[in-house]
Amino acid sequence: MNAAPKDGDVVLDVRDLVTHFATRTGVVKAVDGVSFKVSRGKTLCVVGESGSGKSVTARSILQIVDAPGRIVSGSMVLHRPDGSSVDLATLHPRSREIRSVRGAEIAMIFQEPMSSLSPVHTVGDQIMEVLRLHLGMDKVAARARTVELLKQVEIPNPDRAVDRYTFEFSGGMRQRVMIAMALACNPSMLIADEPTTALDVTTQAEILDLIKRLQTKFGMAVLFITHDMGVVAEIADEVLVMYHGKVMESGPVEQIFHAPKDEYTRMLIGSVLRLEQKAEIRLKRDPIKQEAKPVIEVRGLRMHFGEGTNVTKAVDDVSLTVRPGETLGIVGESGSGKTTMGRCLLRVYEPNGGAIDYRRADGSVVDLVSADKETLKQMRREIRMIFQDPVGSLNPRMTVAQIIGEPLFVNGIAKGAELDDRVAALMKQVGLEPAWRERYPHAFSGGQRQRIGIARAIALKPRVIVADEATSALDVSIRSQMLDLMMNLQDELGLSYVFISHDIGVIRYMCDRVAVMYRGRVVETGTTDQVCDAPTHDYTKALLSAIPRPDPRNRRIHARFRYAG
Amino acid sequence: MSEIQSAAATVDNKRLAVASQWQLVWWAFKRHQLAMIGLVIVVVFYVIAAVPGFFAVNDPAMQNARAAYHPPQALHFVETDADGSWRIKPYIHPYQLRRDPQTLAAVYVEDPNRKVYVSLFGRGYKYSVLGLFETDIHMFASGEARQPLFLLGADRLGRCVYSRIMQGAQISLSVGLVGVFLSLTIGVVLGGISGYYGGKSDFVIQRAIEFILSLPTIPIWLALAAALPQDWPATTQYFMITLILSLTGWAQLARVVRGRFLSLRTEEFVVAARLDGASEGRIIFRHMLPSFMSHIIASITLAIPAMILAETSLSFLGLGLQPPTISWGVLLREAQNIRSIATAPWLFAPGAAVVIAVMALNFLGDGMRDAADPYNK
Repeated sequence: MNAAPKDGDVVLDVRDLVTHFATRTGVVKAVDGVSFKVSRGKTLCVVGESGSGKSVTARSILQIVDAPGRIVSGSMVLHRPDGSSVDLATLHPRSREIRSVRGAEIAMIFQEPMSSLSPVHTVGDQIMEVLRLHLGMDKVAARARTVELLKQVEIPNPDRAVDRYTFEFSGGMRQRVMIAMALACNPSMLIADEPTTALDVTTQAEILDLIKRLQTKFGMAVLFITHDMGVVAEIADEVLVMYHGKVMESGPVEQIFHAPKDEYTRMLIGSVLRLEQKAEIRLKRDPIKQEAKPVIEVRGLRMHFGEGTNVTKAVDDVSLTVRPGETLGIVGESGSGKTTMGRCLLRVYEPNGGAIDYRRADGSVVDLVSADKETLKQMRREIRMIFQDPVGSLNPRMTVAQIIGEPLFVNGIAKGAELDDRVAALMKQVGLEPAWRERYPHAFSGGQRQRIGIARAIALKPRVIVADEATSALDVSIRSQMLDLMMNLQDELGLSYVFISHDIGVIRYMCDRVAVMYRGRVVETGTTDQVCDAPTHDYTKALLSAIPRPDPRNRRIHARFRYAG
Repeated sequence: MSEIQSAAATVDNKRLAVASQWQLVWWAFKRHQLAMIGLVIVVVFYVIAAVPGFFAVNDPAMQNARAAYHPPQALHFVETDADGSWRIKPYIHPYQLRRDPQTLAAVYVEDPNRKVYVSLFGRGYKYSVLGLFETDIHMFASGEARQPLFLLGADRLGRCVYSRIMQGAQISLSVGLVGVFLSLTIGVVLGGISGYYGGKSDFVIQRAIEFILSLPTIPIWLALAAALPQDWPATTQYFMITLILSLTGWAQLARVVRGRFLSLRTEEFVVAARLDGASEGRIIFRHMLPSFMSHIIASITLAIPAMILAETSLSFLGLGLQPPTISWGVLLREAQNIRSIATAPWLFAPGAAVVIAVMALNFLGDGMRDAADPYNK
């Protein structure tokens, strides 16, 4: 009767899953009647924006929902290769049965590999523990198997890596270790909860590749949770679109991308595709005058951290120009020095060398690197910043009116009733209801908070705004709204932007010119079209080809260009 | 689309939307039951400490030779008549002093036939309320002036233990407050400098803190307290004791403050305030200080019990406050010998007061610490 398992056999059959969180303000239906099937050798992508309940769905399967979450109803039948099956929903979260399923039959990898791995045990010890607990292997066999597993996940020198600690690995390598651990017991299903979100695109491409190869080799079913439609298009066989705990649409990846039926899916795909091209606002504009004198000219900027032999050259001899009314994109992966560079423009850090010439409205030029305190204070009114983190950049203990009014107040520009009026006008300008002025930041969504940050930046009528990953923390559906707002403000106020991002899509949508940074240096500069469509530097080529495109008919990260700089 | 939806959600939750930090802290705190109990007890204790005279029954300094080691009297609440009818009217049976004919030891015998009624808000000895005015109204008082009420018995000199505990609360609990206030001032200033400016000043202050924390506290307190002249007036002595206690207490608080400053200094909203052009003072007091006020209050609440215990131990060892000043530690000195354990175990009652106060403050502090950062969920 035991037919050999073949691809397409249903491994997990979830029906009408309902998971509730009882909170002080009422019951939150995090997962509200979700049904899906995961099949052997196939990848099901669960996609949705923040708060859609996609992670809770994954956690419900293994009964590891954080308190006060509770599975209320539904069934989750796990079909084993030997023909038996078990309904995971009926098992107690702390029962022996569910524990034997976790790790052994269904393995899970998480977004943040560092917090899932112990920093005080070697990589080998942690994987061996799994093997000895679940499979009862002896020490020698477990070690041999661990080395084999590390080899499978393509960690170089596996027999030496086994005795290393997690902090000696990079983010991508840590995620490989997590995958090795997940594979330890030959699970029939792998749940991957945003496993590449914290990684750079080139590393992400490698991890996606690896998961695909391992899936083909071992015939696992993969449940892949992500918010990134590009990743979905690259790897999914089936797609489940979730919104507010409900399934909006499910089906083969082709259908979801090319013939979406549901309105929400269409909106989601639409906002992703919008970021694949130039913004309409930008197309309507007159071309920027090339002969105009640059508003900012960075020459040979250097910013080093640390002393002696342990110097990190975060910014290493960078030269850039920003013309009036232009948006200069700075693109690069983590550690490329792009954020440090942006902060040097406002002298948040003290640069070690070089010059930042800022041309004021009256034509006089100020070097920001050597400016004294008083001049710097003046310059900081003309050059402003928008921060990445919409939560951390707003003081949670101040009302919105206080936050937006702060630069006006401390610079002595307005106070009392006049300040109130200015704040109300600013809030209207960025699309916020002035009646919300007395609210605290915690009452706003991510997009609204970012609008507050923008209002604060434009309060002083600046000429240049440094936007550091201003849209990275936002859901894709509001990302283009935010960029449109920024471009409208650019037209109204005659702003120049220095737009720092790791997301090429956003850069292409928004920027006129791009500088590509890699390890503290600018490796390529040019117009956006030129850099995106005909990159000259190998690193740029590698970066661009590693970006997953939202088109399942054109999967290409497996054939990407690799840069070994 | 989600933007619109969450905007709708924020409108529904109007109360939450305009809730300031302190409201959020209070909501989080209210869910912590043990801490709420702690809060109620602490409030009651500090009310007692403010007007101990009102809660006392007898003059705590009054000696009574006929009541030495008088045992606690049971308070009866319900009076039953011979015909079976009853009413709520608290009373006690007075005790009579007898001598054992053989050993001549004093024996107190309850007289079940006589009743002394206890009156609510009755009149007793004169006391002053916070030094503002004098009154003789007490929460309850004995119905007969000649029959004193000993709810928790009397000590060697016939002084009412219950009334003395009430009086002692004033000093014992305020030592904690004043001491912590002093340590807080030193701690916030030094910890703030250390955390905000860093560099050399940080190095010097940190080494000083480490030195202070490495001192064995009890011997230091003993040595300093022993150095105080015994003939100083009670108030000077009291002030010196709190000073001694806070000299070592500030180090912990300074560390807490420094840690908060260090972590806040790199927060984006602080960088934003700097770029807004806010002055250093405004950054510290307007932007950073509110973020850790609640943490500081929580650590203060947890530091008060340590102060109370320190004062109690010092006074118990005879090196803190001296009689006739009344504090819980001074009262516990009465319970220093075997004889009192054997004949008058009620002399330990001030110890119970210390335990209850310290535990209530600890519960309160734990709850505050959990509720202190309502945004970090």
